[in-house]
Amino acid sequence: MSTDATPLLDVTDLRVAFTTDDGIVHAVDGISYSVMPGTTLGIVGESGSGKSVTSLTTMGLTRGRSTSVSGTIMFEGRDLLTLPGEELRQIRGNEIAMIFQDPLSSLHPFYKVGAQLSETILAHRNDSKAAARDRSIDLLELVGIPDPHRRVDQYPHEFSGGMRQRAMIAMALANEPKLLIADEPTTALDVTVQAQILALIAELQGRLGMAVIIITHDLGVVAEIADEIAVMYAGRIVEHADTKRLFAAPEHPYTWGLLKSIPRLDTPRNEELVPIQGRPPSLINRPTGCHFHPRCPYVSEEHKRIDPKLEPVPSDPEHQVACLLPASVRAEIWRGLKAGRPAEELRRLAVPEAAAATAAAPWPPAEGSDA
Amino acid sequence: MTPVTAEPLVEVRNLVKHFPITSGIIFQRQVGAVKAVDDISFDVLKGETLGIVGETGCGKSTTARLLVRLLDATSGELRFEGEDMTKLKGAALKARRREAQMIFQDPYSSLNPRKTIGSIIAEPFVIHGMLKEEGERKKRVQELMDTVGLNPEHYNRYPHEFSGGQRQRIGVARAIALEPKLLVADEPVSALDVSIQAQVLNLLRRLQRDMGLTLVFIAHDLSVVRHMCDRVAVMYLGKIVELAPNESLYGFPRHPYTGALMSAVPVPDPTGTSHERQLLTGDVPSPANPPSGCRFHTRCPKAQSKCSEVEPPLEDKHNGTEAACHYPLTEAEAALRLPPALVAR
Repeated sequence: MSTDATPLLDVTDLRVAFTTDDGIVHAVDGISYSVMPGTTLGIVGESGSGKSVTSLTTMGLTRGRSTSVSGTIMFEGRDLLTLPGEELRQIRGNEIAMIFQDPLSSLHPFYKVGAQLSETILAHRNDSKAAARDRSIDLLELVGIPDPHRRVDQYPHEFSGGMRQRAMIAMALANEPKLLIADEPTTALDVTVQAQILALIAELQGRLGMAVIIITHDLGVVAEIADEIAVMYAGRIVEHADTKRLFAAPEHPYTWGLLKSIPRLDTPRNEELVPIQGRPPSLINRPTGCHFHPRCPYVSEEHKRIDPKLEPVPSDPEHQVACLLPASVRAEIWRGLKAGRPAEELRRLAVPEAAAATAAAPWPPAEGSDA
Repeated sequence: MTPVTAEPLVEVRNLVKHFPITSGIIFQRQVGAVKAVDDISFDVLKGETLGIVGETGCGKSTTARLLVRLLDATSGELRFEGEDMTKLKGAALKARRREAQMIFQDPYSSLNPRKTIGSIIAEPFVIHGMLKEEGERKKRVQELMDTVGLNPEHYNRYPHEFSGGQRQRIGVARAIALEPKLLVADEPVSALDVSIQAQVLNLLRRLQRDMGLTLVFIAHDLSVVRHMCDRVAVMYLGKIVELAPNESLYGFPRHPYTGALMSAVPVPDPTGTSHERQLLTGDVPSPANPPSGCRFHTRCPKAQSKCSEVEPPLEDKHNGTEAACHYPLTEAEAALRLPPALVAR
């Protein structure tokens, strides 16, 4: 995030909204981030947080009459949002490539894997068909598919889930992209295969020097692979920091919630899980003020009115958070959470009058009030 | 937790489930079988939570369905309180079904979209002819909704009006309606958002404590299983490869496959991920044509010639850990595969 180098991808104030019969869905709501060449950015969020729409927009895959997009996505001096379709096509699949979550539905069932790989190559290069086929075989070998000479003539259904995802990666790497966007690349896979795929992405990144954006809901995955992490909630980035820093000193109550609500192999077994109450908000009728306030244990009246900006943390200018709690209070709450103290008790730190009020109106509100 | 007695509630002996593969359109003949569950034996003790972990296709969901007899076993025994469930029929089977209930993975497809949740939760009473009086039944259903953390006023709503987490609660309410002795939960949280999973896990733990349930918890996520279970069975290609008390399994896994699973779990701690991964190569072989000898030998880093010839029995290795392996992991090898925080303990 240093300012002396030019970022490969620079997203500024990106907004994406879809007009639907039910109303306008504000899928992405003013997010900014940049990716340096050769680094990995992790974008973490739940379903409906806008993480996939962000990357689809980068690839120009959300263009349509019912979509309104604003902001800029600068890639090597060109704004991907205003680029004509033909020029964008030169970049897509060539300089920026994408891996999708479900490898089976992203591969065409009627065409051989080799043919699909060759198509990607021939779309951007003036190679002969034979050369493209040779390159397809090399690519399959690169991503660790055994016996590539035979596999190149097989259909996707003859591949296992892990091999299909490898084939997808091969396809994405076909033209040596500068940026690889991986949207939940391992969600559909088993853990042992997930570990293989993550190791493969990391290894190829080192070898080819590309930048990677990895989108996932799994904090474990980003901890392994990302240099920095952006946490998204309801279409916004609520926290953005270096990976080590984010796990050591998270600042946003939503990030705390994510960290405390999953069982982990490295914490005492009987540690009580602290779920985040309620559920993700509708992106049509978003909550007022801080979008997280209906689920935040540390909410006070003003948080329901004031919309927090993503701002640097006083102790670290590269760590940004969108939270209205004072920094000192946040630090104290996180210390308490780490020590295993319950959120209800720590709420007192954020809202002094809460101690007296808890008896009258217990937090959390009764389940079902959000239905 | 309910005190775990050594007395078994369910005894599974040599249970087998093969799904036939047929060929031909009119005169179908069997050309093979998918050996989904292939000769497994274990006990579920009263009051405990038994976890079953494994990857896609290892037979864990088939085992779940066999336990509540949604599937009929090909061979083997399944004794529920001493009575062989596989031979029960008619009224006797129906009576037993009350005592073993199931929670399904997908909260979207396991609830009938045309029924109100009141009638979904009341259905077990209808089937078993209980609480025939309308008001009484409604009262009981609303109590159940309250127990699982749903607003009883939503009695007349339809499933689509609820979020994934709430639907899973509806599934739980339906499963506990008849106060079963055994609850089988098949991947109850894997379809839910991360922030919602803990709500359902905490609910299951609370219910187990309050109702003295025996729980069979099936999942592919080793971290979730560690959190929930007293004992854990690891399955691979239709076989149990390791069966151990929680602390032993996560402290000193003996089977190389368990070790590989542990090693592959991503730990959300960037400082703790420096440990060398013991990655498995290749994919899970087809259960229609499993490898000879030890089924894991094709991917096992410790495999030797004996492994492809002789099938290892599930036997006691140490401290109550049973593993089916000729060359189990040594302490040093196990330590290499565990996340550092588990080794330190």
